[in-house]
Amino acid sequence: MSDLWTMLWKETKDLLFQGGWAAFIRPGIIIAVMGIVLPLQMRSDWFTFSPIEVTLVIFISFFFILNFIGDAIAGEHERHTLETLLASRISDRSILLGKVIVTVGYAWAMVIISLLLGALVLNMTNGTGAWAFYTPVGLLFYLLALSLLTSLLVASGGVLVSLHSATVRQAQQTLILCTLVFGVALGLGLNAAGASLFLALSNNQILLLILAVLAILDAILLGIALASFKRARLILS
Amino acid sequence: MSEPIIQIEHLSRSFGAVKAVDDLSLEVPAGIVFGFLGPNGAGKTTTIHLLLGLLEPTQGQAGVLGFDTRTQSDAIHAHCGALLEFAGLYERMSAEDNLDLYGRINLMSASDRQARIKELLTHLDLWDRRKDLVGKWSRGMKQKLAVARTLIHRPPLIFLDEPTAGFDPQAAAALHNDLVSLVEREGVTVFLNTHNLVEAERLCARVGVIRQGKLLTVGSPDELRGSQGASQAEIVGEGFDEQILNLLRSRPEVAQVEMRNGHLLIDLHGESKIGPLVRLIVESGGLVEEIRRGRASLEEVFLTLMEEDKR
Repeated sequence: MSDLWTMLWKETKDLLFQGGWAAFIRPGIIIAVMGIVLPLQMRSDWFTFSPIEVTLVIFISFFFILNFIGDAIAGEHERHTLETLLASRISDRSILLGKVIVTVGYAWAMVIISLLLGALVLNMTNGTGAWAFYTPVGLLFYLLALSLLTSLLVASGGVLVSLHSATVRQAQQTLILCTLVFGVALGLGLNAAGASLFLALSNNQILLLILAVLAILDAILLGIALASFKRARLILS
Repeated sequence: MSEPIIQIEHLSRSFGAVKAVDDLSLEVPAGIVFGFLGPNGAGKTTTIHLLLGLLEPTQGQAGVLGFDTRTQSDAIHAHCGALLEFAGLYERMSAEDNLDLYGRINLMSASDRQARIKELLTHLDLWDRRKDLVGKWSRGMKQKLAVARTLIHRPPLIFLDEPTAGFDPQAAAALHNDLVSLVEREGVTVFLNTHNLVEAERLCARVGVIRQGKLLTVGSPDELRGSQGASQAEIVGEGFDEQILNLLRSRPEVAQVEMRNGHLLIDLHGESKIGPLVRLIVESGGLVEEIRRGRASLEEVFLTLMEEDKR
């Protein structure tokens, strides 16, 4: 466990605080748009989870991770820090999980902050004095779970791609390609499953089914990434 | 000689058809700086990777601090420090954080880490710059920090892979001084990969010479000079013509003769005397003004070994 804490400390310092306070500009802009600009545009619709809001919540973290995760292993390779890390006593599992947890945690925290800030901004500007919040609240938790599992999916897939890439650029290109292929396959799959499958299920069952499928995919990708982490192969590549 | 800290028996590692390390057997005693000398591509880095258990040998076995490199690489990583081909520092982190990271990795307590970081950085004159991002530092400073990182958890053995490669002579000399003082102070054994013969001569108590994966020889620098029978004489004077050179070459005690800048350079076998040769030169019309005797440098021994192996 201490190995994992060490890697979380290291990743937070190295990945997130790179370049000092300037590193907060990008997430700051996203949070400002998601937590201030859009809620003020959509007013009360923001509390009822409009399709655009749901899409943004999922895809903002998705693309944010896509931007960071390619750097995970390939970046350490490029900067020649991986070899020294591999020659230390830190476990393979901690190296990999540290990268995934920090990246996912960062993106997910951004989503939570944006949603809470949006609620705060709308309540401060509605002028009625009555306190409003997301409704139904259960859907908020579903949305957060969906965002977390989607982030984990990109992070696990990203770290796997990064493991097999020589450079960050190559990793990012492969990740974009994989995302496109995955998107097309998902669309074709849903089409093939047909509307009948979804009509037979209640809304709650559909939501749980999506979460379950995502959780399984996360576990599979993370498992493959952990199994692919071979010190000798990484040293030779 | 003290107990070996590294024991290598018939170690080989191939990459496809290329044998990077070929039947290497070697013992490194504790408490010394051991120089592993060889040209680029000789197999030095692969040897370090094998000793750290980062690569599996194709054949043979090795023990580091009594741990088997095949099955106990975790224990080797925990008890050794390594400065590999690149400094491996996180340039977006401060110097202090770089050392702190490896202190944490090696399970040191917070107070121990702080004290150790201060001790090492102060010794290397880097304490005042501890909050700087490493990316802003010069190459020499980074390399000093990387050496400090290898020592953070007080390991009994460190591996250094060409720590002064690409340095100018002044920077290299400064790092040598730091290495000497750190090694003396810490009492650590150092396995030093280098192709810098001045470095080896200055730092190493024992030296192994490797070429194309094969160990050519091993011994102290003095033993290596002796084993090559390399006693040398430089004769300053005039009138050294081709006839004199041929006469000298015909003598059994002469290994090699050459003219350099008008001086005669003679390599003698074993402990042969120079007097009879001087008489021969004078009798043949040469004028001798000065005779300089000396033993071959490690560089000359190294070059001779490389030439012999090529043949």
